Amino acid sequence: MSHDDEYDDRRTEPAPPSRSWEPRIIAFLCYWCSYTGADNAGTARMKYPPNADIVRVMCSGRIDPELVVAAFAGGADGVMVCGCHIGDCHYIEGNHKTMARVPLLRRVLEEFDIEPGRLIHEWVSAAEGDKFARLVRQATEQVRALGPLRWPERLRAREVAPRPLEALGGDQPW
Amino acid sequence: MVRSTPGRASPLKVAMYWASSCGGCDISLLEIGPRLLQLMDMADVVFWPCATDFKYADVAGYADGYIDVCLFNGGIRSTEHEEVARLLRAKSRTLVAYGACASEGGIPALANLSPPNGLFETVYGSNPSLHNPSHIVPQTRVATEFGELELPRQLDHVLRLRDVVEVDYVIPGCPPQADQVWSVIELVASGGVPARNRALKVGCGHKSVCDECPREKRRMKIDSFKRPHLAIPEAGWCLLEQGFVCSGPATRSGCGALCITAGQACRGCYGPTAGAGDQGLALVTAIGSNLAARDEARAREQVAEIADPAGTFYRFSVAGSLLHGRREPLQ
Ligand code: FES
Repeated sequence: MSHDDEYDDRRTEPAPPSRSWEPRIIAFLCYWCSYTGADNAGTARMKYPPNADIVRVMCSGRIDPELVVAAFAGGADGVMVCGCHIGDCHYIEGNHKTMARVPLLRRVLEEFDIEPGRLIHEWVSAAEGDKFARLVRQATEQVRALGPLRWPERLRAREVAPRPLEALGGDQPW
Repeated sequence: MVRSTPGRASPLKVAMYWASSCGGCDISLLEIGPRLLQLMDMADVVFWPCATDFKYADVAGYADGYIDVCLFNGGIRSTEHEEVARLLRAKSRTLVAYGACASEGGIPALANLSPPNGLFETVYGSNPSLHNPSHIVPQTRVATEFGELELPRQLDHVLRLRDVVEVDYVIPGCPPQADQVWSVIELVASGGVPARNRALKVGCGHKSVCDECPREKRRMKIDSFKRPHLAIPEAGWCLLEQGFVCSGPATRSGCGALCITAGQACRGCYGPTAGAGDQGLALVTAIGSNLAARDEARAREQVAEIADPAGTFYRFSVAGSLLHGRREPLQ
C-alpha cells in the first residue's frame, strides 16, 4: 500500500482485539474517471482508510468478472468496481456492460453463498474525489460488518482444496 | 460382447468406467455404430462395468500400465469413485476423462451449490412424496451376522477426475459425439498417445459454439429474457439476441451446434472454451454485455429475469469453476 502513515488513522489508536483483522479491498478503477477521482482525493489530502488497494484499468468495461473473482480467490474480502458515470465512458459503452455485469455477478456469487455486499459498485467522476473517499470509507465499513471472506477455509470446510488461480488462464488449445 | 476371440492378437486393452454419471457416456460409445466392429477387432475390453462382468479385484490384479486406454466417465462423488479412479490411473497407460462429468463435474456437480448434506436431507427427509417417519438414512457401516459391512461414503462435493488423479486426455460433451470419440480411438490405436498429465482436450473444437452456430447474428441487444418453455424461438436468428439464455458464447465447440439447430439454446455441455478458464464468469461477461437496458434500474430488472444464473451458466461446470461450490460457514 502506498498510503502515507500520516493518513492512516488505524495505526494511531491501539488495536482492540476485534480490530486485529482489517478488511482487504481490491478497487478496480477506470483510468479516465475513477482513477483520476481517486487521484483527486489524494492530492486534496482527503482522509480515507487505507484498506482499498487500487488497480487501474482502462475502462470499467475491462473489469472482467473473472478479475473480480480472482481478487476474492486471492484473498480480498471486498471488491470495488468504479467507472465513469453513464454517458461519460471514454469508450462510449464500456460502463453499460459493467452496469449489467455487476448485478448479474452478484446473483451468481449469492448462489455460491458469497455475500453480494462484498462487491461494491459506484460511478466516480474525475472531479469526485470526495465521493471516492466517502465510498472507500463506506465500503470498508460494509465489508468489515460482513467479516473476513475466508475463501480457502470455507471451501476446505467442504473437504476441497481451493482451485489455484492459474486455473483462470484457461487450458492449452491442444 | 466386445471381447476379442482368444488367440487373436489384440494390441489394445480398453477399459471404461462410470463414476458419478447417468450412463449416457457408456451408451455414447455405442453410437460409433458399425465402427464398433472395428473396435472389437483391434481392442480387448478388460473392464467395463456397464457391459461386462469384470470386478474391481480383476483390475487390481492387472500389472501397472496394463490397460492401454481407460475411458473414465462421471465425476468423483464418493470414496468409491475416488478409489477406483486411483486404481485405474495406476493400471492405465492413458487415462481419458470422458464426458462432461469427468471433465467439469457435469450435472451432478450442481449439488455443489447445496450444503454438503443438502441432498441427503431432501431425499431422506423433506421430499414431499416421502414417508420416512423414523428418519432412516443410509449408513456407511452396518453390523450383520456376517460381520461389519462398509459402504462408500458420499463426498461433501463433486470433483472432476483431474482433481483426484493425473489425466492425459479430456473428451468433453454430454455425451461426447460419436465421430469425435472415434477419432480419439483411432488416435490412440495409432499410437498417438500424448505425454502424461496434460489433460489435453481432444474430440472437440477449440473455439466457441457460436463459431459453428448456423443462426444469424443481427447485432441486436437483449430486450427481455424468455424461458424456453414459454416462447417459441424465431428460426434462423441468434437465440441469445432473442432473449433465450444460450451458453454458446462461453462453450467449447465440437458438438456441431446440435441443440441450437434443433431450436434449443446451448446448454454448455462442452465446458469452457480454450481461452476462458471459467465458463460461468465468461457467460456473465457475454450476457452482461448484450442487454438493451440503458440505465441501471432497467439493467437490474433484466438481470432479475434470469432464473438461477449460477445453475444456468455453470450447468455442466460447477466442479471445474473457480468458485467450485457453495461456501460453508466456519464453526
Ligand atoms: S472509461 Fe471510464 S468507464 Fe469506460
